[in-house]
Amino acid sequence: MAAIELRRLTKVYPGGVKALDALDLVIPDGEFFALLGPSGCGKTTLLRTIAGLETATGGAVVIGDRDVTSVQPGGRDIAMVFQDYALFPHMDVTDNVAYPLRIKKVAKAERHRRAGEVAARLGLERLMDRRPGQLSGGQQQRVALARVMATQAQAFLFDEPLSNLDARLRLEARTFLKKLQRELGVTTVFVTHDQAEALAMADRMAVMEAGVIRQIGTPAEVFQRPANTFVAGFIGSTPMNLLDAVVRGDTLEVAGCAVPVPDAAAGLLADGEKVVYGVRPEYNAYAPKPADGSSEGALAGKVVIVENLGASHLVTLDVNDVTVQAVVPEGSEPAVGDEGFAAPRRDRALVYRDGELVTR
Amino acid sequence: MAQATSPPDLTRETAEPTARRYSVDAAGLGRWRAGAFAAPALLLITVFLVFPALWVLYLGLTDYRLTGTAAADPKVVGLDNFLSALGEPTFWNSTWLTVQFVLGSAVIGQVGLGFAIAWLLRDKRGPLKRIVEGLVILAWILPSAVVSFLWVALLDADGGTLNALLGTGDYAWLLDHPMLSIIVFNTWRGTAFSMMLYGAALGNVPPSHLESARLAGASGWQQLRDVVFPHIKGHILTNLLLISLWTFNDFTPFMITAGGPDGKSEVLAVHVYKVALQSGQLGYGAAVSTVILLINLVVAVFYLRLLRSKK
Ligand SMILES: Nc1ncnc2c1ncn2[C@@H]1O[C@H](COP(=O)(O)OP(=O)(O)OP(=O)(O)O)[C@@H](O)[C@H]1O
Ligand SMILES: [Mg+2]
Repeated sequence: MAAIELRRLTKVYPGGVKALDALDLVIPDGEFFALLGPSGCGKTTLLRTIAGLETATGGAVVIGDRDVTSVQPGGRDIAMVFQDYALFPHMDVTDNVAYPLRIKKVAKAERHRRAGEVAARLGLERLMDRRPGQLSGGQQQRVALARVMATQAQAFLFDEPLSNLDARLRLEARTFLKKLQRELGVTTVFVTHDQAEALAMADRMAVMEAGVIRQIGTPAEVFQRPANTFVAGFIGSTPMNLLDAVVRGDTLEVAGCAVPVPDAAAGLLADGEKVVYGVRPEYNAYAPKPADGSSEGALAGKVVIVENLGASHLVTLDVNDVTVQAVVPEGSEPAVGDEGFAAPRRDRALVYRDGELVTR
Repeated sequence: MAQATSPPDLTRETAEPTARRYSVDAAGLGRWRAGAFAAPALLLITVFLVFPALWVLYLGLTDYRLTGTAAADPKVVGLDNFLSALGEPTFWNSTWLTVQFVLGSAVIGQVGLGFAIAWLLRDKRGPLKRIVEGLVILAWILPSAVVSFLWVALLDADGGTLNALLGTGDYAWLLDHPMLSIIVFNTWRGTAFSMMLYGAALGNVPPSHLESARLAGASGWQQLRDVVFPHIKGHILTNLLLISLWTFNDFTPFMITAGGPDGKSEVLAVHVYKVALQSGQLGYGAAVSTVILLINLVVAVFYLRLLRSKK
C-alpha cells in the first residue's frame, strides 16, 4: 500500500498530441480516487503512464517513496483492471487469478491456495475450473478483480471496468467494488466517464480537460461548488445553468430579471461587473406563481420543454430569450406554454468571473 | 463445434416451399443449366488433375520406361517398383535429405524467421518496417529461375559474390555445403509468406492481454508463451502445414545444385525427376511419386488432427 504522486507529468504522443500537460497530483495511501473527464481528455493516458505502459515524456511518477518513472511496468508493484478485463482465454479461472503469482515464481500449491482464497471472497468458488469464455460479463469482472487482488500490489488502477456491464449489474458492481476497496484499503485510481459512478464511489475525484486537471476534491465539493465553468458544465446529470449576468448593487441582473447575489459571492463583486451566474436545475425552485405575490428574486419566463426524468421533471423556461432549466418534483410539472417562475437557491447559486469560481 | 454450426433445419424447409426452392437453387437456374455452368471447370479439373493423378498411380504399377521396349509395351509388375524403392539406399537418402530440407528451411527457417521478423516489427512503423518487408516479399515474388541464377552467382566458387564479400578465395559453397546452401536459399525465398501470416495473426492478439502480462512482470519469452502462442496456435499450425507441404514438394533446389554433388542434395522431388526423366524409369518414378503423395497425406492429416483437437 502506497501513495501515488505525480510531479509535472507530461506525455506527448508521437505525432504531437499532448495528452498530459505538466500534471501534478497526489493520491494519499488508501484513497479511492476517480478520474473523470470528457472523451479524449487523457484519463487513460494518465492511468497507463502511472502503470508504465506509456513512458512519460517529462515529469515523475512516485509510488510509495520510490521514483518509478523509468521502471518497467512489471517492477512498479501495481495491478490494473482493463476495460475488456484481459483474461487469458486459454486458462481457467484458477490459472488466470494465479497468473501474476506464477510469474513471481510462487510455488504451485501456494499460488492455487491464494487464488482460491481471493476467489472465494468474490464468490467465484464454483467457477474455478471454467474458462473466461464460459463466464458472464459480471463474473469475468470479478475474476479480473480477483487477479488484481491476488497480486497484493501497492496500488490498483481501473480503466472503466464497469463499462461492459449492463445497467443493473453496473450498480451492483459499483457497490461491491466500493465495499471491497474499503476492506482492502489499497490505493485505487479509477477512470470513468460516468460521473454518477465517480460521485458514488470516490473518496476524492479529479475532473480533467485536455491533459490538465481542472478540479480536485470530494464528490460533494465538486458537485456543489465546481471550481470553474468547465467543471460546472460537465458535472451533474443535468448541466448547470450558466447565465451571463451584470452586478447591480446587491442583486444580479440575469436575463432581464434581478436575482440576489449568492451567499458564496457576497461582498466579493464590484458594481457593474460582468460575471456568469450558475445554478443547478436541482437548486432552481420552480413555481407557477411567485411565492410572495411579487416576482422578486426569481426568473420569470415561459415553459418551452418538459422532460421526464423518472421521479422528477426537467422544465426548460424561456426567460427573455435565455434558456433556464429547473427540476420539478413529480406531480407538479407544468404544461408547455405556461407562465412560470424559477427561484434559484441563494445558498447554492454560484458566480464565475472569467470562468473561475468567485469564492472566499 | 458441431452443435454450433448445425445444418439447416430440413423440416422447416419442407414446411415452407418457397424457402426450400430458395435454399437449394438460389440462382433459379435449374439443374441442367447449373450443371452446364459447372461442367467446363469440372472437365478441366478432370483432365489436368484427376486423370494425371490416376495415371501416376497406374504407372507406378508398371515397368514403363521413357525409351526401349518397355516404352512401347509396358507390363504391369504389381508392387515391384514400390518394393525396390523401399530397398534402394538412394531413395532413403533422398527421404532423409527431404526431412532435413523441410525441418531446416521450412519449420526452423521460414516459420522461425518469419515469426521473428513479424514479432520484431509488430509495433514498428515507418521506413525500417517497409524496407524489411519489401525485401522479404521481393524474395518471394521473383521467379524461381531468376532467384536461382542469383544464388548460383552468389555462391559460385569461381568469382562468386559471397567469396568476394567474405574474402574466402574460391571456396566451393555449393559443393562443400550443398544442403546448407539450399536450406538457406529456401529460407530466404519463402520467409515472406510466414512473415505476412504472422504479422496478421499478431494483430489479433489483444494488446490488453500483453499489457496485463507485462504488468505482472512477464519477460518477453513469458509473454510469448502465455499470451501470444495460445492466441495464434491455429495460425501456427496452418502455416506449418502449408509450408511443410510446399517445401516437401519443392523442385527449386534442382536449379541451384541439381541434386549434387553425388546426390548430397537430392531431395525427393529432385530424385523423382532424375529417375523418371533423366534415367527414364517412368514406372519407378511414378511409384516414388505415389510414396511422396502418401507422405504428404500423412503430414496433412497429422496437422489437421492437431488443428481440430485445438478447438
Ligand atoms: N497511442 C496514441 N498515439 C497518439 N495519440 C494518442 C494515443 N493514445 C491516445 N492518444 C490521444 O491522446 C489524447 C488522450 O487520450 P486518452 O485515451 O487518454 O483519452 P481518454 O480520456 O481515456 O478518453 P476516453 O474517455 O474516450 O477513453 C487523445 O487526444 C487521443 O487522441
Ligand atoms: Mg480511455
